[in-house]
Amino acid sequence: MLRVEGIDKSFDEFMAVNGADLTVGKGELVAVIGPNGAGKTTLFNLITGQLKPDRGKIVFMEEDVTNLPPYQICKKGIARSFQIVNIFPRLTLFRNVQVAVLSQQRKSNTLFHPAENMVVKETNNILESVGLLDKASNIAGSLSHGDQKILEIAIALGSDPKMIILDEPTAGLSPEETSATMDLIKQLADMQGLTILFCEHDMDVVFNFAQSIMVMHQGRTIIQGKPEEVRKNNEVQQAYLGGE
Amino acid sequence: MFRRIGNWKSFWPLLAFFIILLILPPIIPRFYTYIIALMFVTGLFAMSLNMVLGHGGMFQFHHAAFYGVSAYTFALILTKTSLPMWIGFVAGPIMAAAVGLLIGLFCVRLTRLYFGMLQISLGSLIWAIIFRWYNFTGGDDGIHGISMPSILSSLKGSYYFILMILVICLIGIYLIFKSPFGTTLQAIRDNPQRCEAVGINVRRHQLFGIVIATFFAGIAGVLFVVLERSVFPDLLFWVLSLEIFIMCLLGGWFTFLGPLLGAAIIVALRTFVGIFTEYWTLILGVVLILLIFFLPEGVMGYALEKFGSESSKAGERSSK
Repeated sequence: MLRVEGIDKSFDEFMAVNGADLTVGKGELVAVIGPNGAGKTTLFNLITGQLKPDRGKIVFMEEDVTNLPPYQICKKGIARSFQIVNIFPRLTLFRNVQVAVLSQQRKSNTLFHPAENMVVKETNNILESVGLLDKASNIAGSLSHGDQKILEIAIALGSDPKMIILDEPTAGLSPEETSATMDLIKQLADMQGLTILFCEHDMDVVFNFAQSIMVMHQGRTIIQGKPEEVRKNNEVQQAYLGGE
Repeated sequence: MFRRIGNWKSFWPLLAFFIILLILPPIIPRFYTYIIALMFVTGLFAMSLNMVLGHGGMFQFHHAAFYGVSAYTFALILTKTSLPMWIGFVAGPIMAAAVGLLIGLFCVRLTRLYFGMLQISLGSLIWAIIFRWYNFTGGDDGIHGISMPSILSSLKGSYYFILMILVICLIGIYLIFKSPFGTTLQAIRDNPQRCEAVGINVRRHQLFGIVIATFFAGIAGVLFVVLERSVFPDLLFWVLSLEIFIMCLLGGWFTFLGPLLGAAIIVALRTFVGIFTEYWTLILGVVLILLIFFLPEGVMGYALEKFGSESSKAGERSSK
């Protein structure tokens, strides 16, 4: 479904991503792991168009999407959440998700029609599917960190994506919140057939949930494979898992 | 206030206020009628700025350029051609929106402060052209004694005309504010990066917002000519842009009607403090300092927080 081939990105001489490869099949739950600074977030930003690659190719659904701006990539069906909470803090939860749904339905430019009566059902369905419906009229900025991370996912779902990219969906969450969030992600993958690409620091989470794992080190792809293959790989053990 | 279309609680006070405004002109002195009409014009101007400033989060630093362009377009059509007035009335705002589109095309490529700086330069360029082009615009003398059709020739006539246009524009701005377009614009204000990621073409949306706002500024510009019957280069001088900016901050730029209130306060201050001292801008400076320290949300923002509805900020409402 998604194929990243030999992609490079440097910031002032520093090679943040250096020939990374990644394949995501339809309906898969794929994890990207690697130490801090390995280039995971940069890779995600390249896929979703926030950054432009220096070299390499990104193919989504047999279509070259390299160098497209973020809003067009979203229209192609890739939605994302951000590592640092990135919501609309002054708007209500309902509005946060509604903005995405309106955009997806190409109604963002409608004038003279009250927005509050539009796409109400779709928005509420999404809020319900992530368990935030009872807080729909709260101001997003007043939510707990855990709920804001969930709201991130809800906003991404508002784009009705084929594939969703989650940049550390559990960063800064307590162990209970982490497992609740991962259950939610698993449920979205199973129930709605979403393809999910995520990165994560917690190894237990990764090896429990992911069907395929890609390991990055210093901007480069070391290996991509099934969890057990990755666990056995020597280079991975040396570079990342501590070489026990 | 104005939270919901058909919210009767805030509808009745507004209606009462509107009726008071309707019956005022025959019973108050001419001078006050003029001042209130000036408040309407300036208020609409400030409301149009707030569409991009408060709701859109763009630093529209030279909004007066569009106001002036429209006023001049209207005045020139009335004095240099024999076209009927309504053509000038429509051409003014369209011209303002066209200039808004042109300047906006350059400005939306930049962010925040750079956006504002570029706009001041481009707007000042238009000011310089009008200021210098003596045989067409009258240069620094401007154009005076523009004759109006008989229905607008009396002060009362223009008062009612301005009030009518103001109410229509306020309803229009309110509908846009509550529309998906307005909601998206507020979301861009809060987080442009996130908006891109949910598939919104942020620059195009901002540009569209600027065009709409400059159109309404153009309507205010035309109304100014209806009231004053003259135009002069000060209408597009950057000082006026600053004043309008302050009106938005003073009234409360995250509220809907705040800028209207801010405009009324500034016009009143200028008129009544101006009687006692030439240095009324000094008073304005003090007001501004007090505002920053004590009412960072503006007068309307403070009032709503203190007495009003549970939601005081723009767009903070969900649907039930």
